[in-house]
Amino acid sequence: MIEARITEKRRNLRDAYSSALISLGEKNENVVVLDADLALSTKTKRFGTVFPERFFDMGIAEATMMDVAAGLATCGKIVFASTFAVFATGRSYDSIRQSIAYPELNVKIVATHSGISVGGDGASHQMLEDMALMRALPNMRVIAPADATEMEDVVFKIAEADGPFYVRIGREDAPIIFESHGHFEIGKGYEIRKGKDVAIIATGTMTAEALRAYDILEKRGIEAMLIHMPSIKPIDEKLIRKAAKETGAIITCEEHTIIGGLGDAVAMAMHDEPVPLYRIGVNDVFGESGGARELMEKYGLTAENIAEKAEKMVNRKK
Amino acid sequence: MSSIMPSLINSPTYFIIKMHEKAVIKELKRKALQIRKWVIESVYQAGSGHPGGSLSIADMMACLYFHEMRHNPKNPAWEDRDRLVLSKGHAAPALYAALALAGYFDVEELKNLRKIGHFLQGHPCMKKVPGVDMSTGSLGHGLGAGVGMALAAKLDKRDYRVFVILGDGEIQEGSIWEAANAASHYKLDNLIAILDRNKLQIDGPTEEIMHLEPIAWRWQAFGWEVVEIDGHDIEEILHTFHEIRHNEKPTLIIANTVKGKGVSFMEGTLSFHGKPPSEEQYVRAMSELEQAEGELND
Repeated sequence: MIEARITEKRRNLRDAYSSALISLGEKNENVVVLDADLALSTKTKRFGTVFPERFFDMGIAEATMMDVAAGLATCGKIVFASTFAVFATGRSYDSIRQSIAYPELNVKIVATHSGISVGGDGASHQMLEDMALMRALPNMRVIAPADATEMEDVVFKIAEADGPFYVRIGREDAPIIFESHGHFEIGKGYEIRKGKDVAIIATGTMTAEALRAYDILEKRGIEAMLIHMPSIKPIDEKLIRKAAKETGAIITCEEHTIIGGLGDAVAMAMHDEPVPLYRIGVNDVFGESGGARELMEKYGLTAENIAEKAEKMVNRKK
Repeated sequence: MSSIMPSLINSPTYFIIKMHEKAVIKELKRKALQIRKWVIESVYQAGSGHPGGSLSIADMMACLYFHEMRHNPKNPAWEDRDRLVLSKGHAAPALYAALALAGYFDVEELKNLRKIGHFLQGHPCMKKVPGVDMSTGSLGHGLGAGVGMALAAKLDKRDYRVFVILGDGEIQEGSIWEAANAASHYKLDNLIAILDRNKLQIDGPTEEIMHLEPIAWRWQAFGWEVVEIDGHDIEEILHTFHEIRHNEKPTLIIANTVKGKGVSFMEGTLSFHGKPPSEEQYVRAMSELEQAEGELND
């Protein structure tokens, strides 16, 4: 079992992204980074400052950024293309589909500002269906890391693996959960707490909430199994089936619409041996302006809500 | 073709060059006719496809693959090859015919266009077809991909060039203009876009559906060099390619063409944009093209 706990330390995943990019850039001169006028926000500008000749700002033209990324990839480049999740996927969907996923080119789309915790910008900028869009594309792999440590590992791993990836991270600083590097593997989930009453499967920002939910449940005498699932596609079917078998009840937690994301992926993985599944996510509505924490609370993306729903599921089993 | 010093015009050397030019042009005309025949054959065999816009680029394809582009059919992944992106991917039959003629794959495969289990997809797929440099089909993406390839050449200090073939209706897509803007911003003098100006799109004449003119002015305003030529005149195409070699900006060649060129009853009509010939039309088309081949040999 890998060591996971909510530490006092917080670090922004975008900072982890840019550090990892620079380190990759030093090792491999084929690493090229594109952005679409959000390089200060996504933090790719730091790469651009160190390697100006390998950084291209495409201006406010996200769809074309994806086509350009594909063209670079055909010539042997390892291309990282970044902007906010809403523009990276929604605005650019056809470019990603036609020019990246279909020809299976070596483009890594790293999207920041995903989810409702974008906050004040409101629903126009709170991307809640990006995993659904990207999961639906053949050849596309989808990753949602939980903290800065894992984010660095993700960047290194996807750079080594040929072909397209979509990585989604949030805007906010996030607590460090993994103090040591090295666990992340594409397609693997991690059982970070053992339990037999109910399985909580969480991804991205929600893994920290799930860890807190575990503590709440423990105080109430409920032993939850806790799974961190950074790899949404491919997903760790074996681990999901094990969780279903050992607990008989599953809750999925994602800062994403309940349609098409982690919940659906988990349901698919246990299609032949299903157990009751409750999905925590944004319930098929657009978000709104507000503080990040306020929004997470209003839309039920909290440890307290996870614990409440988990307890109900455990009681229903009896 | 090569520019000739005025003093050379009456010399024996000039005579030899001219004879050579004539032979080259005749051979390219032959290649273009072969491409046209195979477009008709493959679309007829497939029972679907886009003959009109494939025939309009046949002369350009012949000039690119058999004169202007640096490429090697025995090594489709050659890093220093010139790239070709068929952004108007529905003209795939013309691209496939050119590739087969160049030796990228067996000519017999053209009969399996659009057929299940065979590799010639309805629109170009780079994963399946040797010689296809970029998968296309949904309009508006090829120029952006071409920008990426041209940027990669600059990064790697390689001297290959990138040719992108655009449909005229296609430039109604906004992403074409995003890419056009990026090309001049990054000073991509190694990028050449060729606009197949056949003046027809599915719903009607381009200027009636959604106006494109003044095309040259618009592209110049986006920072491109623009030349306008007859896209069926082999000599003019070759001359233009020679002239633009040292342009310091990305170049747009507006190739004025006729949709369905080479088959009388397809020329200038809308009906063969995305429809195959009937059996009777197929026979007529092939006989017209064979007659043109015969006339070329006389």
